[in-house]
Amino acid sequence: MFGYYLDLALRSLKRNKVLTALMVLAIALGIGTSMTTLTVMHVLSGDPIPGKSAQLFRVRMNVYPDDSFRQGDKVPDNLTRRDAEALLLAGQADRQAAMSAGAMVVVSAKGEPLRVATRYTGADFFPMFDAPMRYGAAWRREDDAGRARVAVISDALNEQLFGGADSVGQTLRVGDQSLRIVGVLGDWSMNPRFYDLSNGQFGDSEQVFVPLSTALDLKLSTSGSTSCWGNAPDPRAADAPCIWLQYWAELGTPAKAAAYRQYLQNYIALQQQGGRFTHDGQAGLLDVMQWLDAKGVVPADVRLQTWLALGFLGICLLNTVGLLLAKFLRRSGEIGVRRALGASRRAIFVQCLVEAGVVGIAGGAFGLALAALGLVLVRHQPTDYGAYVHMDLRMLLATFVLALASSLLAGLLPAWRAMHVAPAVALKSN
Amino acid sequence: MHFRHILSALGRHRIAVGLLVLEIAFSCAVVCNALFLIGDRLERMQRPSGVDEAHVVELFIGSVTPGSADAVMAQTRTDLAALQAIPGVASASVINQTLFGNSLSSSGVSLSDAAKAPSIPVTQYMGDARLAGTLGLKLAAGQWFKPDEFVTREQLISGSPGLPVIITKAVAEHLFPGQPAVGKTIYAFGANRVVGVLDRLVQPRDSGPAAYYGYAMMFPVNLPYTEGAYVIRVKDASQREAVIQGALRALKASGPMRLITPKYAFTLESQRDKYYRNDRAMAWLLVGVCLLLLVVTAVGIVGLTSFWVAQRRRQIGIRRAIGATRGDILRYFQAENFLIATLGIVLGMVLTYGINLLLMRHYELGRLPGYYLPLGALVLWVLGQLAVLGPALRAAAVPPVVATRSV
Repeated sequence: MFGYYLDLALRSLKRNKVLTALMVLAIALGIGTSMTTLTVMHVLSGDPIPGKSAQLFRVRMNVYPDDSFRQGDKVPDNLTRRDAEALLLAGQADRQAAMSAGAMVVVSAKGEPLRVATRYTGADFFPMFDAPMRYGAAWRREDDAGRARVAVISDALNEQLFGGADSVGQTLRVGDQSLRIVGVLGDWSMNPRFYDLSNGQFGDSEQVFVPLSTALDLKLSTSGSTSCWGNAPDPRAADAPCIWLQYWAELGTPAKAAAYRQYLQNYIALQQQGGRFTHDGQAGLLDVMQWLDAKGVVPADVRLQTWLALGFLGICLLNTVGLLLAKFLRRSGEIGVRRALGASRRAIFVQCLVEAGVVGIAGGAFGLALAALGLVLVRHQPTDYGAYVHMDLRMLLATFVLALASSLLAGLLPAWRAMHVAPAVALKSN
Repeated sequence: MHFRHILSALGRHRIAVGLLVLEIAFSCAVVCNALFLIGDRLERMQRPSGVDEAHVVELFIGSVTPGSADAVMAQTRTDLAALQAIPGVASASVINQTLFGNSLSSSGVSLSDAAKAPSIPVTQYMGDARLAGTLGLKLAAGQWFKPDEFVTREQLISGSPGLPVIITKAVAEHLFPGQPAVGKTIYAFGANRVVGVLDRLVQPRDSGPAAYYGYAMMFPVNLPYTEGAYVIRVKDASQREAVIQGALRALKASGPMRLITPKYAFTLESQRDKYYRNDRAMAWLLVGVCLLLLVVTAVGIVGLTSFWVAQRRRQIGIRRAIGATRGDILRYFQAENFLIATLGIVLGMVLTYGINLLLMRHYELGRLPGYYLPLGALVLWVLGQLAVLGPALRAAAVPPVVATRSV
């Protein structure tokens, strides 16, 4: 029966090519624009570290003195060096790292200076964020404590400086200091760069990794947001009243996370007893997805574009409803004949929906091409996320599901009207 | 026109007419709001900075081997002298942060040194005696810093008493509404005396609410090049690229090995372009969606009107046979479309305000100004008339003889 309906639908669509083309075009435009923006949303709101995103937590607290604290203030994202070092020393999580971004100028083998992005962090960073090593290994926790002059470099920098050879044991000249390379990272990038959203939310990972203790010792330059209260001649000093260090903890089970939350509460209580402040300290944990949400990684513009595209799809559907209605009712005569020959209302209804579905599939295919074009345009936009936007199998399937569902939805009302054509009237008026 | 006849004819197609009215209403609502968003972006992109952008270039130089503070300062003076000597250069300075750059430093400014005094965040520019001239800033009141007022960065941070400050008119109006600000004292780095008021200078990048964008102040500080960037004013805008090349050569010619590359040398205009790229992309996207939307709406009108024309061929023939002219038929369909479009527009106005309210709640957007409504209405009326023209002409071409043929 379905084959027969399909045959009827194709015949009917062929009979009025212009109207059919207009309907396919309308659906395709709606599907194309909405799939473009939905794909961008899908990529931007994706999980950067699937499987581990529920076990990694950003640690936040508010240690502002009472006279700089206002109830209802946002919880600061970063910690002071004093608090970060206290948490590191306690080591209550499975793994933990305090860190900051920075930049340095290294000298290449040819003697040319090169500006590279750096990350100052701890030994736990690499296993925590699943960073694979191509050569060598990450530094050890002892190196953190001993302020060892060591570094891990990225694959790309290794290519640039050493032509891709195993550079473990080589030295990296930084100013008048030198760092011994202990490891070369494999292919590793997190997009969005959830571990540090303050210096560009999308992009490559850093090129040089150095122990935080070493970086502080050598006074390597840091970047990122720093907020101080009171007078701070050196914001990086051990007791400076400045918040600037990002802190991540890995907690394998919900029970461990709960225990760590309790530990933070106790830590705050100790600070209150020590007279640092009297407010509640706002200590808390956010897992990766909560953190991305809190930082608004999906730009407001992209949300707006998505609503706009869905609105556009809605208008395209209204349009399709109108055109299908015109199309079906124009065939009142034919429907009347079929009804008179014994076709049930249900048969007419199903046949009309099959016709709408065919239009939807055609619109979906054409819309997919438009979405591909749209994504090319998105990639050519100079936004930092543009390069990471691509369509995957799920979005491909979603395109056809959306196209079919919306065309069937659009077909409901016209099919309902067509089904109620009175055979006698339709035949007579012909 | 026989609006009554049209209405009764439309009454026979209530569903189709309803659909068309809805489509026009939604189009109207989306187009009005999109036009408003486009206007909002364009306005944002055209905000003046107070700096003579067409004549300024900037260079970021990285130090490779850190030297003593004195050596870096001496190198900075050598560099500045070399930059000044390049043909086409009007003046050169060191600045702590650049317009549209990545870094922004700001301080809370208040009218008292009490810890809880209300403060506003004001971004601080620091630079040497030539900086104001290099940027082409204009004073609204007071005067520039005197040559003996320039200090080092350390002296400023430690709050050496009575350092002068120049604030923008926006800051002055906020702190001292209705009074002259020159001679007053503000609390930023200790107590600072206001010696001048700038016409306009803005934050390097938007930070905080829109009203804060114009909150800036300047301090007289001689900075080493490692603490900021070189900014150069060219005499003639067409020489900017040549001056950048000359500056890179001049800087490479002296001093220790440093990171001096065209990758970190920009014209201020290119930095502005880069800063507003997302806004520009969004504006173009909105333009694109508006156009597509109008196309789709026109398609809907053409499709449904064609259907009606085909359906009424006999009635049209009869009307022609009893004396209606082609013009009458044409005007009938035009009037019908006008009526439908008007209904859609009226409904669309309500929707427009609804969507605007939603946007105001979820995005930082103001109330839609009233003039967007007649603008949107006009667009849809014109669109409707253009779309209906084809089918209406076809209707007008129906010969009267159709009336006499019966199937």
